Amino acid sequence: MLVKTIIAGFGGQGVLSIGLSLTQAAMLEGRYVTYLPSYGAEVRGGTANCTVAISDEEIASPVASTPEFVIAMNQPSLIRFQNQIQSGGVLFLNSSLTQAEISRGDIEVVQVPADNIAEELGNRKSANVVMLGAFIKKSNLVSLDSVVKGLKDTLKEKQKLRAINKEALITGYNLF
Amino acid sequence: MAKVLMNGNSAIGEAAIRAGCQCYFGYPITPQNELTEYMATHLSRKKGCTFIQAESEISAINMVYGASLAGVRAMTSSSSPGISLKQEGISYLAACELPAVIVNMTRGGPGLGSISAAQSDYFQATRGGGHGDYRTIVLAPSSVQELADLTYKAFDLSDKYRVPLVILGDGMLGQMIEPVEFSYEAPKEPIIRNNALRGAKGRTSRIVKTFTSNPATVEEINWSLFRRYQLIKQEEVVWDTFMVEDAQLIVVAFGIAARIAKGAIKSARIEGMKVGMLRPITLWPFPAEKVREVANRTNYFLVFEMNMGQMIEDVQLALEGAGEVSFYGRTGGVIPTPNEVLRVISRLYYQKGLK
Repeated sequence: MLVKTIIAGFGGQGVLSIGLSLTQAAMLEGRYVTYLPSYGAEVRGGTANCTVAISDEEIASPVASTPEFVIAMNQPSLIRFQNQIQSGGVLFLNSSLTQAEISRGDIEVVQVPADNIAEELGNRKSANVVMLGAFIKKSNLVSLDSVVKGLKDTLKEKQKLRAINKEALITGYNLF
Repeated sequence: MAKVLMNGNSAIGEAAIRAGCQCYFGYPITPQNELTEYMATHLSRKKGCTFIQAESEISAINMVYGASLAGVRAMTSSSSPGISLKQEGISYLAACELPAVIVNMTRGGPGLGSISAAQSDYFQATRGGGHGDYRTIVLAPSSVQELADLTYKAFDLSDKYRVPLVILGDGMLGQMIEPVEFSYEAPKEPIIRNNALRGAKGRTSRIVKTFTSNPATVEEINWSLFRRYQLIKQEEVVWDTFMVEDAQLIVVAFGIAARIAKGAIKSARIEGMKVGMLRPITLWPFPAEKVREVANRTNYFLVFEMNMGQMIEDVQLALEGAGEVSFYGRTGGVIPTPNEVLRVISRLYYQKGLK
């Protein structure tokens, strides 16, 4: 089955990096996976997003016009992507930074106060990873183990960061 | 080696280094910057290798010209507008019978166009591109893995026939990240071709040039190139097929478009439509014979490209009027979806009364 996820937020919130973590976890599980960053003449503080497609067979297009999942880390992302989600899909909302004005009744909305939780953990920058934890639990796309293993590979020499991220990931995972 | 995650541009860089590319000359342009960046980081650290960010695209291709004359494996890359600038140098490389690998991660055109993926440089790549009577081998990968594999092959092919070679990718292939595996190691010793200009000590000096005042000499050079092109056409045509055996309708597509089409074809098959695909991997030489062969099974072709219809001319030439060829394309950097292509396939399938 082909599942596409769009992850969006401000530049600097780490939306591209959690997209990569998700991609890496899928690769470690032996799935077909593609990752497509949005790029262009973006402005500082503007929006960034990436699309991750995970499947059991070859992926035709890395682009998602109607994604199953959307992670919106800020208000502009919520506005931009909520109408694209497939009927029956799930919207993951960083409720610390968004005022949910959901105009659709055919999607599930999962609220995660990611920034607040990350701040409580002592590092607000890890809000993205808190969200990733919540996302993999609810979406059941990849296992927690694979993501942890992926983090180990990407943050090979940065043990301190690894510990912070692991804690954030597991906290997010245990929210649901 | 285990699989790693890499974007297409970086995968070309890594594959080129492993193929023994010793010199890379580039000038930045979106959407291929990751390749220049990769070479700046990785090639420049390799012993005996050179990375230069040139002052312009024209300068970069002429540095390739020089490096190739010196007998080493050399490469440059750019995207559409930058590739246009390189055409003079490519023509000179062809005239001097010099190998070189040129990567074009195509973007929307004409003009500066857009920075999103397109396939509108098909004509430019497959018809030589610059002035004069010459061709370049053109390879069209459709995944990050294939980008890596074909880059490796590109250096061998270009050396074997002493012709410049174009890898025709697109912005999306360059930017997207996929798992990729490199199954070969970089050579221990640098690869230096015979007959290179590396100093005339102990031999008479040689001059490599593209101008002579005697037209008959130039004609002879053209014949020499032409004979080689005939050989390449015989030996090096590569294609891929997907479910063509019982197909009533054949989609012909290359690169990223072929990948999108494949998704559409899979859905069409689920709906009971007998659709297959022919994907040219070498765009020049074009798999004309293969097109004629599948035409023995069906008369109906759909050419799908991310341009206004360029490869369709090669399909029509190959068929010599035998089949019925339709076209669907999006251009300017617009990325069509598999569903969009499926709608075109369904409409065509029923309009033509196929079963």
